[in-house]
Amino acid sequence: MKTVITLEQAQRRTRRVLLIGGAAATAWVLLPLYFLLINAFSSPETIGQFPKAFWPEGNTKSLAFLLGFQGVLSALWNSIAVAAMTMVVSIGLGAPAGYAIARFEFGGKTAFRMLIMLTRAFPLPLLALPLAVLFIRAGIDDTLWGLAMVHTMLALPFSVLITYSLFSGVPIELEEAAWVFGCTRWQAFFKVVLPLAAPGLAASAVFAFVISWNEVFAAAVLTIEHRTLTAFLLQSLNTSPVYLKFAGGALLVVPAALFMFLIRKHLFAMWGISNR
Amino acid sequence: MSFRWLPYALIAPATVFTAALFLYPFGMVATQAFTGSDGTFSLAHFQTIAEHWKFAGALKNTLWLAAIVVPLQLCLALALAQMVTRLQRGRDVMLYIWTIPLGISDLAAGIIWLAIFEQTGFLNTLLMSAGLVSQPVGFLGYANLGTTLLAVVMAEVWRATAIVLVILVSGIGLIPKEYSEAAEVFGAGAWTKFWRVTLPLLKPSLQTALILRTILAFEVFAVVAVLSGTQLPVLMGETYEWQFTLQDASVAAAYAMIILGISIVSTVFYLRVLRTPEGVRA
Repeated sequence: MKTVITLEQAQRRTRRVLLIGGAAATAWVLLPLYFLLINAFSSPETIGQFPKAFWPEGNTKSLAFLLGFQGVLSALWNSIAVAAMTMVVSIGLGAPAGYAIARFEFGGKTAFRMLIMLTRAFPLPLLALPLAVLFIRAGIDDTLWGLAMVHTMLALPFSVLITYSLFSGVPIELEEAAWVFGCTRWQAFFKVVLPLAAPGLAASAVFAFVISWNEVFAAAVLTIEHRTLTAFLLQSLNTSPVYLKFAGGALLVVPAALFMFLIRKHLFAMWGISNR
Repeated sequence: MSFRWLPYALIAPATVFTAALFLYPFGMVATQAFTGSDGTFSLAHFQTIAEHWKFAGALKNTLWLAAIVVPLQLCLALALAQMVTRLQRGRDVMLYIWTIPLGISDLAAGIIWLAIFEQTGFLNTLLMSAGLVSQPVGFLGYANLGTTLLAVVMAEVWRATAIVLVILVSGIGLIPKEYSEAAEVFGAGAWTKFWRVTLPLLKPSLQTALILRTILAFEVFAVVAVLSGTQLPVLMGETYEWQFTLQDASVAAAYAMIILGISIVSTVFYLRVLRTPEGVRA
């Protein structure tokens, strides 16, 4: 026999499922992060202790040790520099292309979009292998510029597709109105389109920064003396004490989480249209 | 005044860059992988790989990891996406929290799960205080490959479900409300609506998410390096090994070709299976 439930009961049940499920998913995401922070903010001695406390000690010795460790500060600087270059170049190359496919019909447009889509279907970090050889020949091996170029290649497909969806979202009528009032194409872009697209452009730039900041494989392959933070941590996995790993992990995670917070509103709009 | 040349000028920088840093290097690595020591076509490097004792394990582990992780992520992301669409309050906060891992590198994710699974870690502390074990268990030792694999799966699901979630939530946002309302009018329940309306209309997003996620799953590297060292060989880790420890770039190139090969096979598979006929798109 089928039990009949009222609408109100059904709604209450949905609410309960949502509450429990939502709480579980939130705990699933946040708890591991919390555990990392406990470890990062414990002294080297406490980290090795068992059983663990579920409350951070509030000790910054591990972090201080990490920052004082040979090469860490320069690795941190290298990571920031490479990510910043990646951000600028990938938007600089990607945004004009995104604008072109959003606004113009031209022969070869489909081919260009296919090329961009194609890059997404390839394991891009593997590019680091042949590029390591090319960079030696070109004399730019083990440079931050070289690595930034590879990271730009990783970020470029995203920035083209994201800026494409951004510019598609700015009605062409606005631009046409600006032309009517005597703006040149150039002026119309900078005075009308750019201000409207700016927040989204900033968000996709941040996204490019995060892609580079987090990348491990190419960074480890392409840098030797000028290690980025990820490459440094990977290289010292076997040799470094555990507290160095946890402090390093926290140093990687916290800026990235902050950046994601900054662009949270744009994330879905960026992906929604770049899907198709 | 016509601007026929303008679009070409705008896409030129990106095209040149992609040709120089994507097409050309991939041509190079492919050539290197198929060129023997005498400079002619040869499968010698692939033979080296096939005869190496770690290859079978690396291939098996990589494929298994992808086969476990990707479906788990898809189910989890679908469930979360369904919850998000029903939330009235707190939707933005929930979405932000659930997408935090999107900004976290695989290396950091490995370190995070190391804090949990290491012998003096949080999982052992929990198990001990619950009285489930009498002394700390070495989850990550090579005596316990099963739990090492479990730790890698947990770390991957934790880290990379967010990207699937973002793609699916945006996809659901593009489905017109009328479809689901019509289904309701005809008496469809929540399950029927999900299976008959949401899923079919979500096919393009599912395709994008699965293609992207599966390729990334084949590239699994740093998580495994942190949690297992070299106990659990994977393809990307072996590529790195050959490039650095064994100093044989040609074999590393051949490994790259293998990863590329399975990536292409999986992409073609998804393109075929989840094809949406033109004109049926939502």
